[in-house]
Amino acid sequence: MISARLIPQLARLAILLIVVTFVIGPLTVAVFGGFKTNGELLANPFGIPSHWNTEFYSALLNDPGFWKYLGNSLIISLSTVVLTLIVAAAAAYVFAQIRFFGSKMLMSYLLAGLVFPFATAILPLFIKVRDFGLLDSYWAVILPQTAFGLSLSILLFKTFFEQLPKELFEAAYVEGCGYIRFFWRFTLPLSTPILATVGVFAFVQSWNNFLLPLVVINSRDLFTWPLGMMQFRGEFLVEWNRVLAFITLTILPAVVFFVAAQKYIVAGLTGGAVKG
Amino acid sequence: MSNAASIRASKSNSILADLMSSKGQAVLLMLPPAFLLFTLFVALPLFDAAYYSLFKWNGYGTPTDFVGLDNFRQVLNHGIFWQSVRNTLIVLAVSLFIQLPLALGLALMVYEKTPANTLFRLVFFLPYILAEIASGLIWSFVFDGNAGVASALFKSLGMNPVFILADRHWAFLAITLVVLWKYFGFHMMIFVAALQSVPKELLEAARLEGAKRWEVVRFVQVPLIGAAIGVSAFFAVVGSLQLFDVVIPLTNGGPSNSTHTIVTYLYTFGLTRTRIGFGSAVGVLLFIAAVGVSIFYQRQTNRGSK
Repeated sequence: MISARLIPQLARLAILLIVVTFVIGPLTVAVFGGFKTNGELLANPFGIPSHWNTEFYSALLNDPGFWKYLGNSLIISLSTVVLTLIVAAAAAYVFAQIRFFGSKMLMSYLLAGLVFPFATAILPLFIKVRDFGLLDSYWAVILPQTAFGLSLSILLFKTFFEQLPKELFEAAYVEGCGYIRFFWRFTLPLSTPILATVGVFAFVQSWNNFLLPLVVINSRDLFTWPLGMMQFRGEFLVEWNRVLAFITLTILPAVVFFVAAQKYIVAGLTGGAVKG
Repeated sequence: MSNAASIRASKSNSILADLMSSKGQAVLLMLPPAFLLFTLFVALPLFDAAYYSLFKWNGYGTPTDFVGLDNFRQVLNHGIFWQSVRNTLIVLAVSLFIQLPLALGLALMVYEKTPANTLFRLVFFLPYILAEIASGLIWSFVFDGNAGVASALFKSLGMNPVFILADRHWAFLAITLVVLWKYFGFHMMIFVAALQSVPKELLEAARLEGAKRWEVVRFVQVPLIGAAIGVSAFFAVVGSLQLFDVVIPLTNGGPSNSTHTIVTYLYTFGLTRTRIGFGSAVGVLLFIAAVGVSIFYQRQTNRGSK
């Protein structure tokens, strides 16, 4: 009896550990690789480094260019988060609270962004951004990125706002509180979980975005880190250790952020997935 | 509401009037930002794509060289385009028929709420939040024929190292492996959430009636999370259609254009060669495919809910 239960348990554990190795393996290769000389990397690509050379990591940490890439990404991501939260929450609030002529149609229109890939309109978007004179600026990334994230964000906000107690609003409006003031004073403060979810989501999407900055940013001063990374890769084609150090340093904050914010990321995914 | 009526009205009606104006203000202030952003940067570019696709245009000045459906004819007669469609379909098939079952199997192993399971779930989900571009770059090292893990593996087997990413037969397979690595945790997470919402009593009841473990899975759990499987399949399809970032650092579409996806094809032959009309035509085709998938999906879910 004991062995009959033990064997499936062991098999389960074995499978899970194999998958863990498959997931973690490449990541540890990258972290360790940044500590190895190129010679050692050739001889021992996946083991623990025989000598922990920190020079490749410190070279990057002392490179102002590297910090510039991260700074650009941070500015763009934070702006995208702020803009997304304000614009999407405001629109979702109207859809959740107010019925007016055409409100249903307007909402279907704004939610249409859910169904097609960003890339379908990337060329006309490039032309549009150029015609607005925004090419090669932070706004060239922030505005389209926010616009494309609106559909999902509005959907998530609206679902949440509709679950807030209606009595609260009725009580407030008897006191003479208007819609906009109610939004600021009550709806937003009560919505921190969904604000966090949408914010974290917008941040991760923006931080990882590659196609859009690739298309609309040209000058190296404005490169986001994914662009900087590809540039760096081009310059150090044979020095894999430096490239791996670069990758590790950019992945590390993402992992820390993920562990801290995973609750919200998962909530956003499953919330969006179940309702969408 | 007439003037006389509002004069006769008590306090509650004047509040109603205030409300009307406050309502109007809210609509006029809070909706336009979203509407404007979405229209300018999502809707208009889509219409532009349809328009530009009818012109031969390098993006400078205004499009004047009207060519009708010639761009579409060129796309559809381009062997590399069909190769990119085939590749996209391969990713799609692998996502649906290998990745989803794998994710479901893992979800069944770790959905119960224990500390160890939480840790497993976190680890499996981790690749999803890493940037595609960084993931692709890490794996391009793993696959590197000179220095990578793959080369060490070949050497240890006493074989000559194969440059997987430079090999027409292997390169795209390698890309699908990275896609699997990157996204299975996402699908697993959707399944986990669904499995956790299945009432425990149902599982107990099935067990009391003598159902074996796999029978519980087959006849109780899987049917009950059908909606989540549908959602997951939808994401897998849409995700496959827009695969781009991962491919660029791995193969950049090479060797000899054999590993393009539809979006890398659009980027390489439309944007980098500034053939805006041509690229827009590819975008329109992609749009049609995506909308087709959504309509199909909605039909299926509607049928399922009846």
